[in-house]
Amino acid sequence: MRAPVTTPEAVLERGDELRERIGADLRDQIATGLYLQAGRIAERSVRQVGSGSWDFDQKVDRIVTSRWLGLPLMMLLLALVFWITILGANVPSQLLADALFAVEDAGASWFVAMGMPWWLTGLVWHGVFRGLAWVVSVMLPPMAIFFPAFTILEDLGYLPRVAFNLDWLFRKAGAHGKQALTMAMGFGCNAAGVTSTRIIDAPRERLLAILTNNFVPCNGRFPTLIMLSVIFVAAAVPPAFAAIAAAGSVLLVVVLGVGFTLAVSYVLSRSLLAGEASAFTLEMPPYRRPSILRILYTSLIDRTVFLLGRAMLTAAPAGAVIWLLANIRAGEASLADHSIALLEPLGAAIGLDGVILLAYVIAIPANEIVVPTMLMCYLGGTMMMDVSTYDQIRAVLVDQHGWTLLTAANLMLFSLLHNPCATTIITIWRETRSAKWTALGALMPLGIAFAVCFGAAQAARLLS
Amino acid sequence: MSAGACNACPAHLQMAKMGVKVEDCDHVVALAGNPNTGKSSIFNALTGLRQHVGNWAGKTVTRAEGAFSFGGARYKLVDLPGTYSLLSSSQDEEISRNFLLFGQPDCTVVVVDATALERNLNLVLQVLEITDKVVVCVNLMDEAERKGLEVDVRSLARDLGVPAVPTVARSKIGLAELVSSVASVVSGETATAPRRVAPSPAVQSAIESLVPLLREAVPGLPSERWVALRLLDGDERVREALVSGELAGLASHQRQPAPLRSSRITAIAGAQ
Repeated sequence: MRAPVTTPEAVLERGDELRERIGADLRDQIATGLYLQAGRIAERSVRQVGSGSWDFDQKVDRIVTSRWLGLPLMMLLLALVFWITILGANVPSQLLADALFAVEDAGASWFVAMGMPWWLTGLVWHGVFRGLAWVVSVMLPPMAIFFPAFTILEDLGYLPRVAFNLDWLFRKAGAHGKQALTMAMGFGCNAAGVTSTRIIDAPRERLLAILTNNFVPCNGRFPTLIMLSVIFVAAAVPPAFAAIAAAGSVLLVVVLGVGFTLAVSYVLSRSLLAGEASAFTLEMPPYRRPSILRILYTSLIDRTVFLLGRAMLTAAPAGAVIWLLANIRAGEASLADHSIALLEPLGAAIGLDGVILLAYVIAIPANEIVVPTMLMCYLGGTMMMDVSTYDQIRAVLVDQHGWTLLTAANLMLFSLLHNPCATTIITIWRETRSAKWTALGALMPLGIAFAVCFGAAQAARLLS
Repeated sequence: MSAGACNACPAHLQMAKMGVKVEDCDHVVALAGNPNTGKSSIFNALTGLRQHVGNWAGKTVTRAEGAFSFGGARYKLVDLPGTYSLLSSSQDEEISRNFLLFGQPDCTVVVVDATALERNLNLVLQVLEITDKVVVCVNLMDEAERKGLEVDVRSLARDLGVPAVPTVARSKIGLAELVSSVASVVSGETATAPRRVAPSPAVQSAIESLVPLLREAVPGLPSERWVALRLLDGDERVREALVSGELAGLASHQRQPAPLRSSRITAIAGAQ
């Protein structure tokens, strides 16, 4: 006799009974059935009519993913992208700086002529507008070149080959081979890189990828690296090699970042996140001709303008904050001087200074504004028109603020290793839903950055 | 196909991209397929949105939604993460499978790579197990041609029992045909007769003895044979959905079935 109403539990029970009877190979049976059927249908509807270009991809792959050529070729391509970015961004950056600082001066004079109070002129033009002007002139040109160049490589189908080349390294570090892909996404934006770790199925390896994504410099940090390498490395070599030397040093920083990614993954996968790397299949897509127009459109309009907008949103209040800090006095000195003096010992210990640390504190919402903030602090009283070229910035930093090669090198290291921006931290929280991992994701890089910079500073002082 | 011919085509005139305006849509269309087959390209071309597109498997990790209108009706298009199968249980496969089952789309477009049809058909067959309302979009036809492959889309449609449309999403070729096939499947004008993999007699009889129980426990459940098969396979997610009443919720939200007998076009040949 059947019960009048069948409960879900009863269905489950019956299902389990039946499963016992069928045997354990049901899943295999289903899969085999699907494969056979798919094979039969495909055979009927696909016909090979010509030899086609099947082997072209394979020929290219034999070189691009070869044991000996794969990695050097990858470095060369990356260096090429940096070189094009540095070469192409230089002149537009200066033009933009000149034009925007001229606007600042004109705007300020206009306010004065209108009889506005001095503090309003200062806050609006020398605070908010100056912050915006620095962000636009420092960030826009490198981004507008780097994004399309990188997207072309992505569209071509190169990224999975990178993952293939790096797979053995990640496996040795106990991490997932697809971490190379999420790392590559981090070049664009670390928050996007953290989201892209969803392609990694294993929770342990996914956490590794999330926690180490910060060690590839995102687009917000590239301008800092590029500027420093142009000012300090390129200036030290003959002009003909300047761009190559700058590209080389940016590449070195990136390789170092990958090194930290692997090293930190290695340590974590033998401590907090112990386990073996799991196997996976990686599909090599066919090489496709990139659609240049679409790339230009999406990378310029969607990504560059979007990120620039975000940077400007944080730069405007940051500019105001700096101006206020520099102009509100407490006793003898301004608030800015007080905070710089407070941070100075810590900064000096790690080969930086108080201004740089203050800039990093103000720039927590977005890394893009570190350099602008720093420059605004340094150049407090100077007219902007006087320092728009890299040579002039170099002169100010070295002659007036005592920068050395160590300061530049440590700032590059700090920029590479320090804590992720607020957006990325929020994304880590959203992806892990764990306060512990979010805190680790934010504090571990910061700790590493301090330790490495401290070590470098001590070593440099011992040697000199 | 020249752009002029496209613009003059009636299908083109009835089509409009509606971007992110997904509210008050009349129908929901899911976009499924293996990774890197051009789902996002098709999504962008139909909705006018600019989902990130890149040549590697796995870049779409979240569910993107957009809208377009065609022939006076508004369609919501949901771009699902690319998956090779619906059987195993990685996170993106879960997202896709749950949407097909619990999101109850009015039509599912499965995008397949014309150059690797056999592997791609695996997923098509799995989707056909869950839902009848499917259109197969045979994308990357240009690459197949370059590789010397001739894909007989009519034969494919006949074998699968659902419409199949050849496209080149990057050049926007075949999209009007795709949309009109979708519209016709949604309205019931094209009646589909999906090809299902016949299980072994033992499994078949197990399904047959489980389905009536399932019907009693959850009256009006869609895809009951598929659910039964998943239960026999011990699928945790489906077991959970049965006990928690999620499946029952599905059944009560079932829309009125379209009057199948009034179909103007039966079988598939006419949809080409």
